[in-house]
Amino acid sequence: MPQQVLLEARQIGRRAASGGRWLLRGVSLRIEAGQRMALSGLSGSGKTLLLRSLARLDPIEEGQVFWRGQSIRGVRVPEFRRRVIYLHQRATLVESRVEDDLRAAFHLRVNRDRQFCLSKILRWLQWLGRDPDLLQRRSSDLSGGEAQLVAIMRAVQLEPDMLLLDEPTAALDPQTAEAVERLVDIWYQQQPDHRALVWVTHNPEQSRRIAGRQLTLQQGALIEADS
Amino acid sequence: MDAPYLILDWWQVALASLLILINGAISASLRLKMERTLAIAAIRTVVQLLLIGMVLEWVFRVERATIVVGLLSIMTLVAGYTAVQRTPRRYPGIWWNALISVWVSSWFVTAYAVMVVMGNVQQWYQPQYTIPLMGMILGNTMNGVSLGLSALIDSLDSQRDRVETLLALGATRWEAASGPIRQAVRTGMIPLVNMMMVVGLVNLPGMMTGQILSGTRPMHAVNYQIVIMFLVASSAALGTVSVVLLAFLRLFSRDHQFLAARLESSEPPR
Repeated sequence: MPQQVLLEARQIGRRAASGGRWLLRGVSLRIEAGQRMALSGLSGSGKTLLLRSLARLDPIEEGQVFWRGQSIRGVRVPEFRRRVIYLHQRATLVESRVEDDLRAAFHLRVNRDRQFCLSKILRWLQWLGRDPDLLQRRSSDLSGGEAQLVAIMRAVQLEPDMLLLDEPTAALDPQTAEAVERLVDIWYQQQPDHRALVWVTHNPEQSRRIAGRQLTLQQGALIEADS
Repeated sequence: MDAPYLILDWWQVALASLLILINGAISASLRLKMERTLAIAAIRTVVQLLLIGMVLEWVFRVERATIVVGLLSIMTLVAGYTAVQRTPRRYPGIWWNALISVWVSSWFVTAYAVMVVMGNVQQWYQPQYTIPLMGMILGNTMNGVSLGLSALIDSLDSQRDRVETLLALGATRWEAASGPIRQAVRTGMIPLVNMMMVVGLVNLPGMMTGQILSGTRPMHAVNYQIVIMFLVASSAALGTVSVVLLAFLRLFSRDHQFLAARLESSEPPR
């Protein structure tokens, strides 16, 4: 049975802000339900731009992005972004206390029909071997790795269909990086036939661990490795 | 006809001008090297004020609606331009946003003042009322617009990661930007609120002292000043809110994207 295409980019292109050269051009990509992709490429090859374009966080000059076969514009964008969450390399917490930060996602209009579930978070922390006191700490006191874990919990508690992870472990120690991988895996394994992810990484081992499909960006164009 | 105030003759003005020599003496004795600048400033003061005096004399004499509206328009254009001059970073369209905000708010409030509050003036465009009122309203609206705009750009800049994080989690552009927007509007309104708190205690407003000098009874001057304070405060608030909202619409797309690339430094790159 062919898998459902969740997200599709058709010939998307993006120019530099000054209007000059193309940073990304003619990139087409289909992400099916169940797929886990690793994306690599040199710095400046356009990985972040591609992910941000897929999440519709940046305007694109050419091409289109489709979610389940439909183009996403205007009022449908927030609903789309709840399902396809982009995670930045440096996590930013929006509230001053960790638990408030996790709750903040539910104050957004698009998530009002859902409720914060403390027991779920506590369970995850237990699985990751983290102290539940983390929730009471001040956001500004967290290490980069702890903040990244909180940011990923903040995203996966919303039960998105897809995660776009932009080098989430690049700056982390191996243990925390492993915790991040496990947390993402917990989310994925809840519905492995319906979820998908794109993970930007420079680490070939991590890339093999987390993904079944390997992609490389070279000078703004996408190259697929044999799978 | 006797004026109710003392008319200064040219030699009396010249006597006051001599006082600039005090500044010059200070500069010379302390070697501040400000003599030249002082001289230019003194000459500019005289020339600029004489010129505007002549323009006003003419406008008051002909008293035609088109001329009054023309002069008010020029004043408004300068205010809109100056409001943007003070912002640290700009985006395409910022001039229009500032100009529209200054224009709409100050003209609306001046019109309300002349047509409703002072509904008994002879003509709606009577320059004796419209020009000084507009001048005071514009000055304060310009400040509010400029402060609000700078504050919005600054806080979007410093909170960029926060704004982007909220958008990525499904926030609408409004939800993502409402913090910086509120902060910017508050910043734009603070100076006038502060001024209203201490007016009459710390300083006597220039308009009121001017009226008293020209022979108006203090209580009459006070009534004018109260009216002015509310006109100025409301126009500055309106101008600030509208420029912040217009800027928000320029910097966030309908697709709920923060167009940070539109923000550019107003200083040439080094």
